[in-house]
Amino acid sequence: MSFINYLINGISLGSVYAIIALGYTMVYGIAKMLNFAHGDVIMIGCYVVFTIVSTLNLPMWLGMILSVVLCTILGITIEAVAYRPLRQASSSLAVLITAIGVSYLLQNVALLIFGANTKSFSSVVTMDPIKLAGGALTIKGETIVTIACCIVIMIALTLFVNKSKAGQAMLAVSEDKGAAQLMGINVNATISLTFAIGSSLAAVAGMLLCSSYPALTPYTGSMPGIKAFVAAVFGGIGSIPGAFIGGILLGIIEILSKSYISSQLADAIVFMVLIVVLVVKPTGILGKKIQEKV
Amino acid sequence: MKNYLVKQKDNLITFGMVIGAYIIVEILMQAGLISSLLKGLLVPLCAYIILAVSLNVTVGILGELSLGHAGFMCVGAFASAFFSQLTKNSISADWLRFTIALIIGFVSAGIIGFLIGMPVLRLKGDYLAIVTLAFGEIIKNIINVLYVGRDSKGLHISIKDAVSLGLEPDGEIIINGAQGITGTPKDSTFTIGVVLILITLFIVLNLIKSRDGRAIMSIRDNVIAAESVGINITKYKLLAFSISAALAGVAGVLYSHNLNSLMATPKNFGYNMSIMILVFVVLGGIGNMRGSIISAVILTLLPELLRGLNDYRMLIYAIVLIVMMLFNWAPAAREYRDKLLSKINFGKKKTVEAVEGGNEDGNN
Repeated sequence: MSFINYLINGISLGSVYAIIALGYTMVYGIAKMLNFAHGDVIMIGCYVVFTIVSTLNLPMWLGMILSVVLCTILGITIEAVAYRPLRQASSSLAVLITAIGVSYLLQNVALLIFGANTKSFSSVVTMDPIKLAGGALTIKGETIVTIACCIVIMIALTLFVNKSKAGQAMLAVSEDKGAAQLMGINVNATISLTFAIGSSLAAVAGMLLCSSYPALTPYTGSMPGIKAFVAAVFGGIGSIPGAFIGGILLGIIEILSKSYISSQLADAIVFMVLIVVLVVKPTGILGKKIQEKV
Repeated sequence: MKNYLVKQKDNLITFGMVIGAYIIVEILMQAGLISSLLKGLLVPLCAYIILAVSLNVTVGILGELSLGHAGFMCVGAFASAFFSQLTKNSISADWLRFTIALIIGFVSAGIIGFLIGMPVLRLKGDYLAIVTLAFGEIIKNIINVLYVGRDSKGLHISIKDAVSLGLEPDGEIIINGAQGITGTPKDSTFTIGVVLILITLFIVLNLIKSRDGRAIMSIRDNVIAAESVGINITKYKLLAFSISAALAGVAGVLYSHNLNSLMATPKNFGYNMSIMILVFVVLGGIGNMRGSIISAVILTLLPELLRGLNDYRMLIYAIVLIVMMLFNWAPAAREYRDKLLSKINFGKKKTVEAVEGGNEDGNN
């Protein structure tokens, strides 16, 4: 029974990783950049909920909506101010370093406003735990909501990208920016939209993450951010189903190795599995193999 | 030939700059003008410079992105500190022990770099970056659960806890898991640090000039073209990667022999450290060794000089970083800068363009 319990916890953690990884993978697919600041957007989203609910004593739903809205605005702003001027830069490293700078900036702004003390985040989920198999198996409400959220987001996003006009524009821009522009697609607006979606998903992921693991500090987002990035690469960066598979697998591996092998070595095991997967399949599980032409 | 002489002169300027800075700092120190805070920063600064120059071999000369450079530093640091602890009582001459420690750091990090490089160097771009990042975290994690002790029966190793080492009463714990290594002899000095910087520069600058260096740079510029003229891609990639790792190991030796207790925390050996070194390299100019040195010095001293501003210093650091990147790399800002420069000095415009053209070549 404990194995099933661990497995469910793993899928729940993996769902959070998958939602964060979506942000990475969409941004990578369209702008060909690693958005290192993505993890810190999660942290900002959590602080927004925390401020509204615990400090201002306003209702939870308001906090959740404001958190998503503010993160969306934050994502668009970061892209417009820090990343857009560097899009045509000769080195792709330039925008990577700028993203790192943005990440430091967000962490230190949070540090200045909220301090380094750990804040206890109150769960946004009010669902009661479910008892199965005569009480031997208890599934927390947070776990169920997290997994459900992930599935809903996944389906909605796949439909959006494949069926809507804006989604098709995103596909076109990620394929070839120049050609997309010639077809009358507004490239800047499309990239802004991608950042907006990615950042709003980050806000959702942050709330779910902090509901299950309630310790909130300015560095809360950084490790899950890295792990989600690993998940995105694991599944094949640029691919939406890949982010889903990568995230879930990563969560399961992490929880199982924490429970059965060693809690200190769990991260090392996760990263080792990643290296093995990439050595065997260099573009990730669902990544496309692009033949290099001379 | 003329080009060769220009390069030679360029290298001499780099060496001269380091030696000049060393003399100035020594004079200031004799005059008592350097605060103890800055004094404590000198040896780590030397280690950071070596790290920046060595990472520039991977990023600038080989053209691959590595986010796990701190991992190699970690290997060098722990391997050498372990050796120094073991022989603290048996080798009495400090210089001899430290020289051997340096060689051990160099070789161990080089071997690890070679082993890591073999499977992963066939990955490209961002995939290689994430694997090197993962590797750095693995090294840090493993060292955090590693326990090594010594008693009359020899060495004992465990990855559980100190008790399961099963030491005799006379035994001592050398690597104590997350507590790391305590009591490493303080063999690093500022002078040794500067000498090591000069040796590192000598190795790297000569590598760039050599036939091997040109082969490595041809891989960076175009893999397919390099392969078609008969350059062994795997061999040269591994060569550059291993040299880069080995030099990072030397930096680790310098770093570890300056600390009383050496711990593998996320702060000193985690991916944040790797990223900080990468920031030095990119800000100083990819492929430009002198730039790496200058930016390492400025960015290490900047937070310390801003210490008066206390809480705001890291915030300012972040803003400076973003603004500098935008100003240096955004095409619009470059155009504006060129226009400004040509207005100020008509004759210098050509050289500005020539330098920037060189930079762009170096980044593919």
